Amino acid sequence: MNYEKLEASARRRSRLGKIVTYALLTLWAVVVLFPFYWMVLTSVKSYSAYNSEWTPQLYTLSPTLENYVAAFTQVPLGDYFVNTIIFTLVTTAAMLIITVLAAYAFARLSFPGKDLVFTLFLSLMMIPSELVVITNYVTMTELDLRNSFPGLILPSVASVFYIYLLKENFAQVPDELYYAAKVDGASDGKYLFRVMIPICRPTIVTITILKVIECWNSYVWPRLITDDPEYFLLSVGIQEIRENGFGRENIPAMMAAVVAVSLPLIALFLIFRKKIMEGVSRGGMKG
Amino acid sequence: MNVTLENLTKVFPARGKKGSGDVTAVKDFSLRIPDGALVGLLGPSGCGKSTTLNLLSGLLTPTGGRIYFGEEEVTRLPPEHRGVGLVFQNYALYPHMTVQQNITFPLENRKGKDKLTKKEMADKALEAAKLVQIQDLMDRKPKELSGGQQQRVAIARALVKMPGVLLLDEPLSNLDARLRLQTREEIRRIQRSTGITTIFVTHDQEEAMSISDLIVVMKEGVIQQTGKPQQVYDDPANLFVARFLGTPPIHVFDASVKNKTLYIGEAPVLPVPGAPDGPVYAAVRPEGFVPEQEGPLVCQFHRVEVMGRDVSLVASHPNCQNTPIRAIIRAQTDVHAQDGRVRFRLDPGKVFLFDTQTEARIRF
Amino acid sequence: MEQHNKKAWLYMLPAALFLGLFLVYPLIDVLIYSLEEGYNFASQTYWGVGGYNYSYVLHDPYFLQALKNTFLLVIITVPVSTGLALVIALGLSSIQKLREAYQTIFFLPYVTNTLAVGLVFMILFQKTPYTDGLVNRILGWFGVAPIDFIQGPYWAKMLTLCVYTVWVVLPFKILILTSALASVDQSYYNAAKVDGTSKARIFTRITLPMISPTMFYLVITGFIGAFKAYSDVVALFGTDLNAAGMNTIVGYVYDMLYGTAGGYPSYASAAAMILFAIVLTITCVNLLVSRKHVHYE
Repeated sequence: MNYEKLEASARRRSRLGKIVTYALLTLWAVVVLFPFYWMVLTSVKSYSAYNSEWTPQLYTLSPTLENYVAAFTQVPLGDYFVNTIIFTLVTTAAMLIITVLAAYAFARLSFPGKDLVFTLFLSLMMIPSELVVITNYVTMTELDLRNSFPGLILPSVASVFYIYLLKENFAQVPDELYYAAKVDGASDGKYLFRVMIPICRPTIVTITILKVIECWNSYVWPRLITDDPEYFLLSVGIQEIRENGFGRENIPAMMAAVVAVSLPLIALFLIFRKKIMEGVSRGGMKG
Repeated sequence: MNVTLENLTKVFPARGKKGSGDVTAVKDFSLRIPDGALVGLLGPSGCGKSTTLNLLSGLLTPTGGRIYFGEEEVTRLPPEHRGVGLVFQNYALYPHMTVQQNITFPLENRKGKDKLTKKEMADKALEAAKLVQIQDLMDRKPKELSGGQQQRVAIARALVKMPGVLLLDEPLSNLDARLRLQTREEIRRIQRSTGITTIFVTHDQEEAMSISDLIVVMKEGVIQQTGKPQQVYDDPANLFVARFLGTPPIHVFDASVKNKTLYIGEAPVLPVPGAPDGPVYAAVRPEGFVPEQEGPLVCQFHRVEVMGRDVSLVASHPNCQNTPIRAIIRAQTDVHAQDGRVRFRLDPGKVFLFDTQTEARIRF
Repeated sequence: MEQHNKKAWLYMLPAALFLGLFLVYPLIDVLIYSLEEGYNFASQTYWGVGGYNYSYVLHDPYFLQALKNTFLLVIITVPVSTGLALVIALGLSSIQKLREAYQTIFFLPYVTNTLAVGLVFMILFQKTPYTDGLVNRILGWFGVAPIDFIQGPYWAKMLTLCVYTVWVVLPFKILILTSALASVDQSYYNAAKVDGTSKARIFTRITLPMISPTMFYLVITGFIGAFKAYSDVVALFGTDLNAAGMNTIVGYVYDMLYGTAGGYPSYASAAAMILFAIVLTITCVNLLVSRKHVHYE
């Protein structure tokens, strides 16, 4: 066997493999990034410039911010933002309180039938949201909570998945800490806030971020429960802008709105990249 | 097949910036391993022994130097063309395959005229399995086996393709103490019966000493000493090797040489005609302490620990770096301890002197 | 211990209340709705109990269209996205340089608003009197005549939907597969390499069996997710999906509930129950198939 030849061919093949791999990954990166580039590009083209391009131009030499002005003045995009921020903050805060308390009860406190309750509780994860939305819609309509913040917020404050995630983390805190705190005379509540929550902060941060993303992008429920533009969230608002907003042809203004909607989440993602990806891979089918 | 390593060097580049923080895992490593030898690469963790093994297997490519299998240079040859068998520390048995499938796996990779029929593969697998005595476990999955059995399967998988060189990475570290003794005999037996040049890596000096034909003691990527186990034990090249081999460990005293005499503290303990004057480390094997009523080395006596055939005499001395001193003496020996003191004569063959700066051996 | 009990229930109370009201009760209620015939939303009366709602839904051409669309979407996007994700994840795990950068980019679509980015896809694919759109221009280089991918022929719309769906679901799959590949012990690969195993054989005999539980998980969640497709369809084709002929089962449910054709919670419930039954059946079939082919540690 010719050892030198083997060596050389192995080296050549591995280099070729590298090149193919990088080419493939770069191709997909372009596919992923291109829509983002396109929306930013289109949003800075003027209306007339955009509509005079029979072949869309891949760059522009005269960027303008007029579309952003239009997005926030001609349509109530600003209101949608405010609504979404309120909705996101309140929902996330309420979800956190409910989740922490329930997870703590499951992880730390003992009560008869706990295991059974927890099993039943886990089985709730199997219920598809499409099923329950129907009744919730009817319930909310009957309670006269359509077009209101409570109507928007209440059905999405309790999440089986997040309670489960946090309970698992709480359960990892050694029992000894609890007994030590008890001996030192700490109440359950104090133990929860002074010991458990600080120890499990990473998980709490993760579920908070995931919930924020979920809220920011939520579409189905807000669309069902609101038909008054005063209560529209961004997703619904964007759809509304598309169908009745600037007029169908003002694509640059539409893209300006799309950029404005996407930007906060992309910023959030770039800041908390590690946490988000870790949280999602830990079982996040949510969102 | 004999194996030759010439000035082998492996540098792992530092992550990020170039040059700063590069790690030299193996440095200028030269060794000639005779055909059919069982060689133990010995050293503390991070000494480069596993890197050396991976350079031999071809999983890593050296930064410098050459490797020869027989007459062929294999330095940059990819692993599959080297014909080595490799047994991993965690065995790396494929969990989704049975023992049989695991063992035949290397054979299934053969192409062209080397291709084997199913029957031939099964025969070869059975042969290898018999060699390590697991022929009754062929249909099990790895997780249904004990640690020792998994180890045997891993060895069978490495042997089935009749490698020119067998490499074992920490072969005993995942086994409990009793299995370890048994398995190391087993490795010796298999190696003897196949006659394959075998190189294994370990951090356990007892393991290396007990079965190797040749041990190579490494520290920070550099060979400290190479030789037959007994020879290295009896004649360590430097303080590191002296300390690394032997249980209980060697005792090191801060000492000095004046007028061809070794002094520990104020006591002249041994004539050392060949040693120059100055401070030295005097290292004494546990069996080098001979209790004697008029012995020159006076130690604080603590107690006697009975170990059966031998007893270990526990004492202390202010100049000794690793207290307490454990002197191994035959059980019949009378020990005279007076006023809480015990006196020793030192056996010159068990005393080694080292330079306090370079820690190199000073012959006397 | 006594007081623990009370306290535990107290802590559980908010979660139990909300979950009971918005998850458990609706589940039972939807089943009842689906069986109440002729339910009137305004007067809250019905005239009978039976399977009429189901039979109505199953004979509704809009539902059948939605069923067809959904099945097509599932059958195309689940294998394509899983396969593509596997290829990309394999590529990612074989490189060191720029790996994190690629991973970050690939994950981006996960955090973006489906509705918003759907608009971008729409303008990229659509053909208007003013422009053929970028995709058509690119296809034009290969001599393909311009096609309206948003309002044109059915297959073109379906293609657009599939492309967008794959783009949207891929980040999750790539992430999960990359971490599954990373968790395969490197020594298996080293062992195979020393034994001269070819790359293809390493992949089929070692990598694939080792990550088979993850692949299976992705296929199941992929099926479930694709069966529930809705927002990405709205993003591309607008809210009036029946008119576009691109409705999905979930879209049909919501349309029955709300909007111009809405006000029929009974039909919506029946459609939702049918969806649930389909998803459950497919999941069970998947589970049965996986018993043979998935290796669990």
